[in-house]
Amino acid sequence: MSPTTWGWLVLLFPLLGTITIGFGFRTYSRAAGVIGTAAIGLAFVCAVGALISLLGRSGAHREVVSSLWNYDVSGGVDAGFQILVDPISVFMMLVVTGVSTLIHLYSTAYMRSDKGYSRYFAYLNFFVLSMLILVLGGNFVMLIIGWAFVGAASYLLISFWYRRSSATGAGIKAFVINVLGDVGLVFGTFFIFRHTHTVSFLGSFAAAPHVFHTDSTDLVAGCLLFLVGAFAKSAQVPLHTWLPDAMEGPTPVSSLIHAATMVTAGVYLIVRLHPLFQLAPTAGEIGALVGCATLLIAGTIALVVTDIKRVIAYSTMSQIGYMIMGASAGAYTGALFHLMTHAFFKALLFMAAGSIIGAMAGSQSLDKMSGFRKAMPFTFACFIVGGLALSGIPPFSGWFSKDDIIAYLNNRGGIYEVLGILGYVGALLTGLYTFRMIFRAFFGEPSPEAVELEHGHIAHAEVPTNPANGEVEDTDVGFPGPEHVIAEREPAMKIAMSLLAVAAVLGGLLQIPGVSHVITNFLSTSLSDAPLASAAHEPSNSTAWIGLIIGAVIGLVGITLAYTVYIRKPGTAAKFQAALPWLHNFLVNKWYFDEAIDYVVVRPALATGRFAQSVLERIVISGGVTGGVTGVVRSGSAAVRRAQTGVLRYYVAAVILGLSAVVLYFLISST
Amino acid sequence: MALGWYLAVSVLIFCIGAGGVLVRRNPLVVLLCLELMLNAGNLALVTFARMHGSEAGQIFALIVMVVAACEVTVGLGLIVAISRRNLPVDVDELHELNG
Repeated sequence: MSPTTWGWLVLLFPLLGTITIGFGFRTYSRAAGVIGTAAIGLAFVCAVGALISLLGRSGAHREVVSSLWNYDVSGGVDAGFQILVDPISVFMMLVVTGVSTLIHLYSTAYMRSDKGYSRYFAYLNFFVLSMLILVLGGNFVMLIIGWAFVGAASYLLISFWYRRSSATGAGIKAFVINVLGDVGLVFGTFFIFRHTHTVSFLGSFAAAPHVFHTDSTDLVAGCLLFLVGAFAKSAQVPLHTWLPDAMEGPTPVSSLIHAATMVTAGVYLIVRLHPLFQLAPTAGEIGALVGCATLLIAGTIALVVTDIKRVIAYSTMSQIGYMIMGASAGAYTGALFHLMTHAFFKALLFMAAGSIIGAMAGSQSLDKMSGFRKAMPFTFACFIVGGLALSGIPPFSGWFSKDDIIAYLNNRGGIYEVLGILGYVGALLTGLYTFRMIFRAFFGEPSPEAVELEHGHIAHAEVPTNPANGEVEDTDVGFPGPEHVIAEREPAMKIAMSLLAVAAVLGGLLQIPGVSHVITNFLSTSLSDAPLASAAHEPSNSTAWIGLIIGAVIGLVGITLAYTVYIRKPGTAAKFQAALPWLHNFLVNKWYFDEAIDYVVVRPALATGRFAQSVLERIVISGGVTGGVTGVVRSGSAAVRRAQTGVLRYYVAAVILGLSAVVLYFLISST
Repeated sequence: MALGWYLAVSVLIFCIGAGGVLVRRNPLVVLLCLELMLNAGNLALVTFARMHGSEAGQIFALIVMVVAACEVTVGLGLIVAISRRNLPVDVDELHELNG
């Protein structure tokens, strides 16, 4: 079969899964999980099929476009329902379907006692479908459709426990910020379409060098608008505030959407549109700066957050900062490589966090967790594997991928070298916050919940409460299920986590400087038109290895620092906090981004709205426009009504007088 | 010109009809006056046909007669309906269709 047939099949299975589960959600009980997992599993198989079929071709034959029907062809727009199967989309397809399959498997156990089990899997399949449309779309219109769909799916899943006010609020926040990104994407597309007169990717890329000169205004504007879309979706400063709040969703959702797949869509966007970004180096520089700022800001916030899921969320932001920085600078291979390894180890960390949250009876606070090492050896092992990969410790996957990006930046020189060095600062923070989390949750005196687990039962709260604000929950409808699960007792969760752990350990072997270049070779077809991705810009093997060694040392220093602060001299953290209260407050309040957005955007918008309602609507619209027109009509008709007496003879007189007047007029004017 | 007198008669009859429609209150008489006006028109048409030596005016007079017959049928039907319902047979009393 041709790659595009496989591509359509990849889209078909999640669609069938969504429809089957969505329409029959009342009748299924456990079957929804099986159907959902099987649908995504089949999609993964088809993605592998597409890979094999693509590998059987060579060179330019590896970019295949297929169109099912004309989606919108009018007024110069040529949007077909079109997919583009090329190395980039196949790579993304494999990561998305692979990780999704494992997370579906994990969810079958994790969500078991939830009343919304079928609904959950319908949403989750819908999300995977949307994400696949996003990565497979062969033109800007398909990309925008997928982009908006994943935003909707993300909203549905963040607000999944819809009786929690904090969850619905977080869902709305995520949706609004993501729509801002959608708008950026649509306008950006317009700027490109205006000049290239086609919405198809390959057509636009082929036309771009002829219609745009380097850094031409419209191109930079378009690329900056694309970056707005990428920043909103990938939670980059200053559009990042929705991601920590999105942790209100079920943990597997955080794992799938807010760590492994959807939030990396921004990186995919930049890599997909690299022929445009190559021509707009200014936009690339801005993207790299924002990515770098995000990775540092998120890293510092992650040092003080006490909610275990939010620590991982900030770490996700920080790691995506690396990817955005790399992709904007031109390290496309490195960015996609890090995207893949990050999907593995971050999904793993979230799954492990889900397990420990299960053991804590739903509580997510690091302040309450401690000493789970003995009670949960498997979860602990997964955390260690994920943590080491995240911190970039050899030979785990994160070591290869993160330092690949930094080595590229340092090699490119100029401003990028500064960003690369700041990337090493971020690496130090990564080791520190990751192992702060691990040391606080797994070491020290066992917490009551850990003791209970050592005696063989899982802790249950007397009254289930919302960990975010302490509201009492009923576990009946729209709330998390009453039973909690841990990986140690659930084979499904164990299998999913083990496979991801293996991937997190071995994923880096795909791309080792001087040894293996699987990803570079595979992506070379798509990146052949990018001067920045050519061998001249790639760091030499020796430079790359020096970078790897520095990265490893810095990661180890971070871990050692965490060890010193939290294990060897417990209480050091409290001392820091007492010595620098302003810094702690600053970080705990997340650099005051929420407050700043509140002052700069939300309050002016509310004030404008209130002004519009009280002045524009009440006085101008209701009083002036509507009131004026109706007043004129009413008084006019009152005057005319008086003429309608109903007396026949008056009418006759009027007719005769009128006729006489007309006749007289013509008589006089004719002579 | 002798034909001018026909026109004068026509105008006279028309004015009598119009005056009748304006001043009489019995619908039956109003209808009669309408007929007068129509026939005055007919007379004028025939006169003009004669004056110009064209038969179109005479044909048109025949058509006006047909229309007048129809109009009388409807009008008389209305008057019968009014008297059957014991409503006042007086055009001034029948002024319910006022604004």
